[in-house]
Amino acid sequence: MGAYILKRLLSAIPVILGITIIVFLIIELIPGDPATAILGAYATPENVERINRDLGLDKPMVARYFIWLGNMLQGDFGRSFSLNRPVLDEISDRFSATLILAGVSFVLCSIFGILAGVISAARQYGFADKAITFVVLIGISIPSFFLGMMLQLFFAVQHRMLPVSGMKMIYGGGDLPDILWHLILPATALAAVATGVIARLSRSAMLEVLRQDYIRTARAKGVNERRVIYGHALRSAMVSIIPILGIQAGFVISGAVYIEYVFEWPGLGRMLVNAILKRDILLVEGGVVVVASCYVLFNIMVDVIQSLIDPRIKT
Amino acid sequence: MMKFIKLLFRNQLAAVGAVILSIIVFLALITPFLPLQDPGATDLPNKFLPPFTEGHFLGTDHLGRDMLSRLFWGTRMSLWVGFVAAMIAATVGSAIGITSGYFGGRVDNIFMRFVDMLMAFPYILLAMAIVAALGPGLNNALIAVAVVNIPFFARNIRGITVGLAQREFVDAAKLAGMGHTRIILFELLPNVLPVIVIAMSTTIGWMILETAGLSFLGLGSQPPQADLGSMLGDARDDLFTDPHPSVIVGIAIFLIVMSINLLGDGVRDALDPRLRSGALSRPLPSTMVDRGGDIPTPTEDLLAIQNLETQFHVGNRIYRAVNDVTLTVKPGECLGVIGESGSGKSVTALSVMGLVASPPGVITGGAVRYEGNDLIGAPYEKLRQMRGDKVSYIFQDPLSTLHPLYRIGDQLAEAIQSHHPVSNAEARKRAIKLLKDVRIPNAESRIRNYPHEMSGGMRQRVGIAMALANEPEVIIADEPTTALDVTVQAQILALLDDLRRDRGLAIIFITHDFGVVAQLCDRVAVMYAGRIVEQGLTDEVLAHPAHPYTKRLIACVPELGEGRRVLAAIPGLPPIVSDLPPGCAFAPRCDKARPECSQGDIALEGAGSQTVRCLYPEEDIK
Repeated sequence: MGAYILKRLLSAIPVILGITIIVFLIIELIPGDPATAILGAYATPENVERINRDLGLDKPMVARYFIWLGNMLQGDFGRSFSLNRPVLDEISDRFSATLILAGVSFVLCSIFGILAGVISAARQYGFADKAITFVVLIGISIPSFFLGMMLQLFFAVQHRMLPVSGMKMIYGGGDLPDILWHLILPATALAAVATGVIARLSRSAMLEVLRQDYIRTARAKGVNERRVIYGHALRSAMVSIIPILGIQAGFVISGAVYIEYVFEWPGLGRMLVNAILKRDILLVEGGVVVVASCYVLFNIMVDVIQSLIDPRIKT
Repeated sequence: MMKFIKLLFRNQLAAVGAVILSIIVFLALITPFLPLQDPGATDLPNKFLPPFTEGHFLGTDHLGRDMLSRLFWGTRMSLWVGFVAAMIAATVGSAIGITSGYFGGRVDNIFMRFVDMLMAFPYILLAMAIVAALGPGLNNALIAVAVVNIPFFARNIRGITVGLAQREFVDAAKLAGMGHTRIILFELLPNVLPVIVIAMSTTIGWMILETAGLSFLGLGSQPPQADLGSMLGDARDDLFTDPHPSVIVGIAIFLIVMSINLLGDGVRDALDPRLRSGALSRPLPSTMVDRGGDIPTPTEDLLAIQNLETQFHVGNRIYRAVNDVTLTVKPGECLGVIGESGSGKSVTALSVMGLVASPPGVITGGAVRYEGNDLIGAPYEKLRQMRGDKVSYIFQDPLSTLHPLYRIGDQLAEAIQSHHPVSNAEARKRAIKLLKDVRIPNAESRIRNYPHEMSGGMRQRVGIAMALANEPEVIIADEPTTALDVTVQAQILALLDDLRRDRGLAIIFITHDFGVVAQLCDRVAVMYAGRIVEQGLTDEVLAHPAHPYTKRLIACVPELGEGRRVLAAIPGLPPIVSDLPPGCAFAPRCDKARPECSQGDIALEGAGSQTVRCLYPEEDIK
């Protein structure tokens, strides 16, 4: 097991390197002069030259990539000019906020998605199945940012049950119950779409498994139906559901950008939007590399869990 | 094509989606010709007029602009952007996919590694990095969304192309001297086009949503240009005071995405052949019963299948898989049921404990009596208690019939614990004993094996051990040796024979091989097209087959040591049981058939133990 985890971790290195290359190339190859963009109206030739030297833009591209990569490996992601502070400080300040939001949403959508899918499959064509299918259809079609706005409008503004936005109360807040209290609406909005997708795919995974010969064997030996569905069938269906969870984690991270924007949640997504609008390239690069790397590591975790569930995977 | 549209519209939800989407697209197309107000004309004194105001059907926004007009133009813009993005992604992605799949080797490797890298990103980060580089703007957002979707197309199309590139028509084109470009454009492209269309239908809604999302964040369309996303983003500033612009625009996005999703699902379902026959229904815990006709009276036998009728209802068609079958078995007796694939022998066996997959299976007549008690239509819990405890099954191909993710020891223990409340340790002990009974060496360590870690013969022994777990009275063995080689087959048959003699088990042995019947069975029933055509003591039937079909089946067995190795296959195919001719179903393949064979029912007749359903039997058995 340990060797397998190590092997998977080593295999992440080229992928993360690839991510840095792609991020670097996207920013590099696209025409446009960062110095001019930064300076705007102050783009005199001397200033442009100074900025270029400061940013190392006078060196050849390959050299610049390795300098950038080497600096990142030493924890130096550069300095955000729009915030005038090191990129890494900004990212680490905001990382936990995104982690809480995305993490809680991911747990919610995994639990409710799989549960809904399994119930739906077990009661195929019954009332529960139809009701779940209907809700799921709405869930996967409603834009998360619109759902977030409607939740704000209904629960926070019209009924004043929950806070409109932010992560904690300005005065005296910030403890766990307070954060959870603020988390309810954004986490719900963020989890909705992924819940729908997971429910759908879980339903079809279950239906696929329930047709297998070994389910008939289980029934033939007199295993009761509850155990057939929640034991035999679900265990097998998890083999195809878990990779879906890995993919959905990517969607949850992506959706977090919208939800952080709508609910003014102080996470990395909102940071990236602001950084793009201000064309703060180093901040964008740093944020993208960090989040994408976390996603790669998360998927390795998914693979490891998968190998625990499925003995046929060679570890 | 017509069939496809019919299928699509039989799915009512897909039809609803198609109708909503057509209306939206139609309105978007004719927007420039509609008598709408100028979407950009501001009128500050009249801002935030509510819907249904005179002159502003949907009210006005924060600048007093007409919402109806803006909604139409915004929808037009969003649809257009999504469509263009989908076209770009489909074109570039498919080009990469086809090239990669066609050339294979290093090209494939490089392209696919690159695609993998792109897929390692949560999609929006990639899109945002691209927008960051290009700068905010609707065209840039469109490019970003298109690029993010390229890997999806490249992956899918490559997969299809790899399969096609091996096919004969591609080889033929190469031999004919066609260049790579021509092969790709004229041979491969037409074949992958449907896949590209399906992929587009499932992603275009998503691309519309994503460009709207980028615009919503202020990274897409910039004023005065407006798509639905940027309209929603603007409206959000006044959400708490004047929510109606937000609600209207949000619902518009929702309707577009939902209708595309519904239609996309419908398209996929209509093109997926497995769903056509309704096969993706979950089988119920026990077979449905819809019994008509008289219920036969009880008999003395241990297990009696009486006038059983089991059908498959698929759409409007009815397949009579089991048609008036009567079989009985006594303790210690082995009954063989023999027939070609599709003769209904397995369905007969599965009907006993209500294990026929249902839907589509329905038991429509007859009775199955265990010690005189009718099991057809018995409550589920009663059936469950008998399954594996009184009547158990051994199935063909233990690789697919054992659960792949459970250790075999646990699967055996579960069989015991389903009927006896014993501790885990006790169940484990019994599991080891069972494995020893079926002569699996190293039973103590074997119980920790998964099915894939065992050989075919060992797996089949596990299947038998599982059937024996609760010391049942009847074992129904459904072709338990078909997947095995001859020596293992002989061992398994010997094992079953011993168990029968030692424990007084009744065995119903289903097979298509008369050689196996001769070795094991006391009596044999021959099935053809869902009916029994001949029945009798094994020796009788083997020595004097009365039905022409039986005779042909026996001729199929090669006899070792007699120098006669010619396999006499039966010409023709078994009939489809949805459309049976009257009279003898074998008549079309029988060289002795006469016109009267195909008129009216033929009874199963005979004076002694041997009975036959034939007007002109090979042997006079009366």
